[in-house]
Amino acid sequence: MKHYEVEILDAKTREKLCFLDKVEPHATIAEIKNLFTKTHPQWYPARQSLRLDPKGKSLKDEDILQKLPVGTTATLYFRDLGAQISWVTVFLTEYAGPLFIYLLFYFRVPFIYGHKYDFTSSRHTVVHLACICHSFHYVKRLLETLFVHRFSHGTMPLRNIFKNCTYYWGFAAWMAYYINHPLYTPPTYGAQQVKLALAIFVICQLGNFSIHMALRDLRPAGSKTRKIPYPTKNPFTWLFLLVSCPNYTYEVGSWIGFAIMTQCLPVALFSLVGFTQMTIWAKGKHRSYLKEFRDYPPLRMPIIPFLL
Amino acid sequence: PTSVLVTGVQVSSRIFMVWLITHSIKPIQNEESVVLFLVAWTVTEITRYSFYTFSLLDHLPYFIKWARYNFFIILYPVGVAGELLTIYAALPYVKKTGMFSIRLPNKYNVSFDYYYFLLITMASYIPLFPQLYFHMLRQRRKVLHGEVIVEKDD
Repeated sequence: MKHYEVEILDAKTREKLCFLDKVEPHATIAEIKNLFTKTHPQWYPARQSLRLDPKGKSLKDEDILQKLPVGTTATLYFRDLGAQISWVTVFLTEYAGPLFIYLLFYFRVPFIYGHKYDFTSSRHTVVHLACICHSFHYVKRLLETLFVHRFSHGTMPLRNIFKNCTYYWGFAAWMAYYINHPLYTPPTYGAQQVKLALAIFVICQLGNFSIHMALRDLRPAGSKTRKIPYPTKNPFTWLFLLVSCPNYTYEVGSWIGFAIMTQCLPVALFSLVGFTQMTIWAKGKHRSYLKEFRDYPPLRMPIIPFLL
Repeated sequence: PTSVLVTGVQVSSRIFMVWLITHSIKPIQNEESVVLFLVAWTVTEITRYSFYTFSLLDHLPYFIKWARYNFFIILYPVGVAGELLTIYAALPYVKKTGMFSIRLPNKYNVSFDYYYFLLITMASYIPLFPQLYFHMLRQRRKVLHGEVIVEKDD
């Protein structure tokens, strides 16, 4: 069996960083990254981007050395992706924050509202309902992160955790402040409005969860396979007929429900910002599906049936 | 190519200073600080847009390039000083009149206090101004002195 030689150069300076001899032909990029870390321990595999061309795309961890267009001496270019943090860690942190922060406002912990309101309770039913809904939503997200989602990537850049937590924690505090405020005004159309909005919220939460389970079932544990999602026996998944990312559709629906239920403008703004971001993600995912699968159902839109 | 974000921030701050401060709060229109930022902006914009225009026409006189990358060294701090002093002068009027503000209770369960918004705006100059200033200084070194600047890795 002929062994390969691999030299790794810095993509920017072309400096020779590492020379590996006697590399097995069926070695994967992941294994090469591990070998590289041995000589440069500060660059753990998750922060390495290796490519055939300094300006080209990153090679995948699963790629096999002898299948690449290289001679028996392969030249790979290295780019440092910066400090990395796992997706799971980011998700758990960014979701635990709102859960905890909202409750601080709900229980009217001192120094938020005037002292005479410390630890008092709202007399409006909708305020208690809102706390249950908000808390349920984030508990659901935490459990899904731990037990349901199958992530394509292990890590993301470290700075994302600061950006993401500021967004989630900041908005949670802003919404919670008004909903739990002693001067909170309940919805204009009273119990009818609350009931309808609660129904929307619950249906969309069930829908969102159904989609997450359906997506999980598409992908075996520990794999990164991609398949076209299709409707299952669960009626909530029938939205796949019209939309590529029904999980996002249901998520927007949940927050619209919550906004109508609480009749709180900051909630509406949070829904709008979330909708904007999810639309960008949905369009990207939709484009990936179209590129990867020739037979992708033509009726589907990215996030809103027939429209967007 | 200019950054959309940087230009966006700059244009927004101009619109804010003109319409939401100077136009809306009549008493501060007599402040000297208003003259300060108006003069700084005027000279800056004439230089900047001449630079853009001549660049697009592919006929850029050196003194315009020189002006665009040197005037800002003085004009930028002068303009910022004028803006901050003007906002500071406006504070008592904003507090007294409660303008542009919404208080609780209201049916949309939101509040906005323009006075605190202005305080936060003033504070935001502290991180933003040095970033923009040093960005221009780096551009200056690159354009006028042909220095090769190795960008920090992302």
